Amino acid sequence: MNPFDFVREHEIPAAVKSGAREGAKFIAGGTNVVDLLKCDVERPTHLVDINALPLGKIETVSGGVKIGSMVRMSDLAANSHIIQNFPAISQALLVSASPQIRNMASIGGNLMQRTRCPYFRELTWTPCNKRNPGSRCSAIEGENRLHAVLGTSDACIATHPSDLAVAVAALDGVLTLRGPAGERKVNAVDFHLLPGNTPHLEHNLKHGEIIESIFIPDAAYAKRSAYLKIRDRAAYEFALASAAVGLDISGDTIRSARIAFGGVGTKPWRAKFAEAALVGQRPTPNIFRAAAEAEMKSAKSYGQNAFKIEFMKRTLVRALTDLTGGAA
Amino acid sequence: MTLPPCYRPDDEEPADPSRRSFMIGSAVATAGLIVTPLLGEAARKDAAATQQADPNAIPVTLDVNGKVHTLKLDPRTTLLDALREHLDITGTKKGCDQGACGACTVIVDGRRINSCLTLAAMNSGKKIVTVEGLANEGRLQTIQAAFIRRDGFQCGYCTSGQLCSAVALIREGHTRSDVEIREWMSGNVCRCGCYMGIVEAVRESI
Repeated sequence: MNPFDFVREHEIPAAVKSGAREGAKFIAGGTNVVDLLKCDVERPTHLVDINALPLGKIETVSGGVKIGSMVRMSDLAANSHIIQNFPAISQALLVSASPQIRNMASIGGNLMQRTRCPYFRELTWTPCNKRNPGSRCSAIEGENRLHAVLGTSDACIATHPSDLAVAVAALDGVLTLRGPAGERKVNAVDFHLLPGNTPHLEHNLKHGEIIESIFIPDAAYAKRSAYLKIRDRAAYEFALASAAVGLDISGDTIRSARIAFGGVGTKPWRAKFAEAALVGQRPTPNIFRAAAEAEMKSAKSYGQNAFKIEFMKRTLVRALTDLTGGAA
Repeated sequence: MTLPPCYRPDDEEPADPSRRSFMIGSAVATAGLIVTPLLGEAARKDAAATQQADPNAIPVTLDVNGKVHTLKLDPRTTLLDALREHLDITGTKKGCDQGACGACTVIVDGRRINSCLTLAAMNSGKKIVTVEGLANEGRLQTIQAAFIRRDGFQCGYCTSGQLCSAVALIREGHTRSDVEIREWMSGNVCRCGCYMGIVEAVRESI
């Protein structure tokens, strides 16, 4: 582990100032950062502990809910307002990680977590464009069963590992960021970046900025939402494929749909084509399948991960079927 | 070679029940004089020597099982390493050291966490309970006795983490069925495969 100095900040302005120093990195729950410090993937010279910042509240505000970035995963998952009005958020959290990690990890940190691509984490012998720009992607020709089929590039096919980020993207979350230049808001769907030729740039957060809070708007589709995650084992594992789904159904017609995919994309994957295929339709198995086909048209296989294309389609169909009470 | 007697809950406490001191004793007996790098003992002394000389060391106060310790630590020190290597509180185990196995589970401010994924400095001033803090004046906590009764372990390496996790789980109340117990104990891996016994022990201790 590279040496660093350590400071715990209690106020946001001081934290932002500390974090703006060259070589500084924020740490919250630590579940990802400490691990990456040990791997030497992260090599900060200053570590800024932001756990004591006053960002630990879940507040119902006009038009939605505002979640402080230092709220812990376990607390958000167990929050009754969230369970009632944004079930996909609670469900996504409960199928994430382990109880211990959910007690530690913050909501802001969850969105900031880095890929679990083994080539990214193993720096003694493998090239990786995300870790070492220009060095090449080892996964494209390597072990890529767990890698992405959507949003990939010749430079990187690593998946984004978060479940929560998928649910937040589906439900139109908005992030409030704060940095040396003040406050700004970014839609969750625009927060994570596609790899393109610059896979080392993963998110829309400038050096020294922190995520202050996440706003999720109230909506009928949020209230009728769910998260389905399929993985290699039944517990404590990252997704092979997952779907956050929310439907606003009036009579027997889908008025609006919100869908995002996890485990298959290089970023939390908002499925706009699938949504468009559902709106105005009756919720039937054929329509669900058509929605899945529409979104996965642009999917690209890299060999071992070819199964994920059909797998994702079936995951979406099942999620929508469950959400509509088995109508399909 | 004499094997240690099988310890049962109804037996009297063995004179020195610490597996660690047993191991050290055996190693000395087996290896004769070549015993310098014993089980982290030397590493701990090295760490102690380094921290005194380390200009980057920062003050950290750890409240472990009700006893407050003031340390000067390299900021890189995890809570797990602070407990084991600096305070010699070695019940908490290092398994994977990356949050995958749960052997390092401790209870901080009433919540179970992985001590390998947090820095000691981040836990300054918090109340930490390790497996050593579960028994009360030599009497095992219900869950500890149940683990013994139900064969909730074989090699025992994961057990201190399982116990801390189980204590917190029972407090959390996610114990309404065996399926729920399994899901909420999924952060603790047992490679001997004693899951049946662990679930039974938790169920018996609710």
